[in-house]
Amino acid sequence: MDRATRLALYRSLVEIRVLEKRAYDLFLQNLVKGTSHLSLGQEAVAAGFAVAMRKDDYTFCTYRGHAHTLARGAPMVGVLGELMGRKCGLMGGKGGSMHLTSVEHGAMGSYAIVGAHLPVAAGAAWSAQVRGTDQVSVCFFGDGTTNIGAFHEALNLAAVWKLPVIFVCENNQYMEYTPIREVTAVANPAADRACAYGLEKILIDGNDADVVHRTARECIGKARDGGGPSLVEALTYRTSGHSRADPGKYRPVGELDDWLKKDPVVLYRVRLVGMGIEENALRDIERAVERAVDEATEAAKACPPSGVEVIEKDVWADGGSSWRN
Amino acid sequence: MPQWNIIQAVNDALRIEMKRDPRVVLLGEDIGKFGGVFRATAGLYEEFGETRVIDTPLAEGGIIGAAIGMAMYGLKPVPEIQFSDFIFPAFDQIVNELGKLRYRSGGQYSAPLVIRTPVGGGIKGGHYHSQSPEALFIHAGGLQVVCPSNPVDAKGLLLSAIRGEDPVLFLEPKRVYRAAKGEVPEGDYTIPIGEAKVVREGKGMTVLAYGAMLHEAEAACAESPDLDAELIDLRTLWPLDLETVTRSVQKTGRCAIVHEAPRSCGFGAEIAALVQERCFYHLEAPILRIAGWDTPFPYTLENDYLPLAPRIRKGLGELRGRRP
Repeated sequence: MDRATRLALYRSLVEIRVLEKRAYDLFLQNLVKGTSHLSLGQEAVAAGFAVAMRKDDYTFCTYRGHAHTLARGAPMVGVLGELMGRKCGLMGGKGGSMHLTSVEHGAMGSYAIVGAHLPVAAGAAWSAQVRGTDQVSVCFFGDGTTNIGAFHEALNLAAVWKLPVIFVCENNQYMEYTPIREVTAVANPAADRACAYGLEKILIDGNDADVVHRTARECIGKARDGGGPSLVEALTYRTSGHSRADPGKYRPVGELDDWLKKDPVVLYRVRLVGMGIEENALRDIERAVERAVDEATEAAKACPPSGVEVIEKDVWADGGSSWRN
Repeated sequence: MPQWNIIQAVNDALRIEMKRDPRVVLLGEDIGKFGGVFRATAGLYEEFGETRVIDTPLAEGGIIGAAIGMAMYGLKPVPEIQFSDFIFPAFDQIVNELGKLRYRSGGQYSAPLVIRTPVGGGIKGGHYHSQSPEALFIHAGGLQVVCPSNPVDAKGLLLSAIRGEDPVLFLEPKRVYRAAKGEVPEGDYTIPIGEAKVVREGKGMTVLAYGAMLHEAEAACAESPDLDAELIDLRTLWPLDLETVTRSVQKTGRCAIVHEAPRSCGFGAEIAALVQERCFYHLEAPILRIAGWDTPFPYTLENDYLPLAPRIRKGLGELRGRRP
């Protein structure tokens, strides 16, 4: 892996980390009215894949989707603005934290119904295959998704039609508040099911950005070359709660501390320094990201909130909602 | 009598019935050890154990399907769907199986279960944590649909629902989950399914509401006493207490229906049709629906979308002036 790729990975990790922390701060300041689901601790999965993707590839993600949307290059002001319900939000404030979408950046939406987006990602891959565009579809979801019907339906479809889609399970150990192992028949909720669809078992360290990135390149390369889908299970941990209001008290004592020792951002920084990348280069990235997040925060705060005039926009193709309201 | 909110009342009803009837089991996502995302099942896992309070995978179709099987064979399951927006993966089980079991088996089978689920807007939840799907399930047939507005009704109606012999969709309005408080009688009592309640008497117009919007309608009526509105809390949406509704509209000659769900094909449309069938010659003005917009539920514009008291008051003011 070359230096530029490594620095790009590091920048992406830092961007997600700083922006997620800022999102949390904005919640505490009551500037974000709804809930939020942060990716703190899980940054390496989003960054590792996004850096391996082509600009026109598709990302599908869940309500825990700030990281994936940002990693594909969506503007920070659009992300923060959406959380705060401002006009400058990616969807003009009508979606909020759970539905970040930026088609222009290949971020095809954040889905808040568990499992709903897996068949959709397969369909997008199918379209790419039919159109012969070599695009691939990468679909991120949580461990809880592996027990819902749509997961199995999508995997079978993708395998049968050899679709260029990569299903990435971010196994952060908890569905919401219940440990995944307590309600799942197998130890590795995604990887152990791969054989049911004739797929290779791929179980990786989701906190190691290099490992994720290498896996992403292999799977994406295979999909682009017509080799069909992959199912990846990335082991990770969310170091914050399920959502804004969750202090995470259901976790056994010490579990969080153990995982904090495997913090993907810290780990990657230490590795880069160990490889001889200058401190200054890393500090420059960190400062630049801090500055960018600060600027985006101020810009979003300065932007007016969405008004009732947009409520009936974009119901139909003509941009409106036609006959009433 | 304790001052309780709806969550506490639901929790109490579940505890009472689980103590009384060993056939009652609860199942759902995070309802056991965690106590439910809204805490409605808090403490029940500890009290009744893992065979009666079951943490399930995220799999609504599986939850409802399994609950149907339990109910067909002697248990009284009360599954929780974490948000009513998440009910759609189970839509097939509810519409095609649950609602039709008794009919299609010629009365040999039924599945008397109660699906509890938080409904409606009010927590800035955006598209998938705010919807009001009641009309879809009323239309499907074979289901009783209940939506209490306050803790006293919530407890009494839930106990009736669990003791009933038909499947019930029990919608708990999350906007007022904690905000609506009341003096809830201790111990066992029931409120019958299918009975509306006149919460404010009047002669000027009839206002029909349920769930969280009952409180908005109540505020609007209180702020405009000159309207002399009669406010009815439907409580049970299906079977609808048409007698109470008809009696009121025949007295007042005007009728407004308030609900959060989109207006088109919302439950208000069915009520309007039923009211005009029965009260046509008593009506002094077209029936008014004050509802959510015909759009997906918007995140930051929640308070514009919902028919809150100011919009209701404006609507009722117009209704008073309307002529046939």
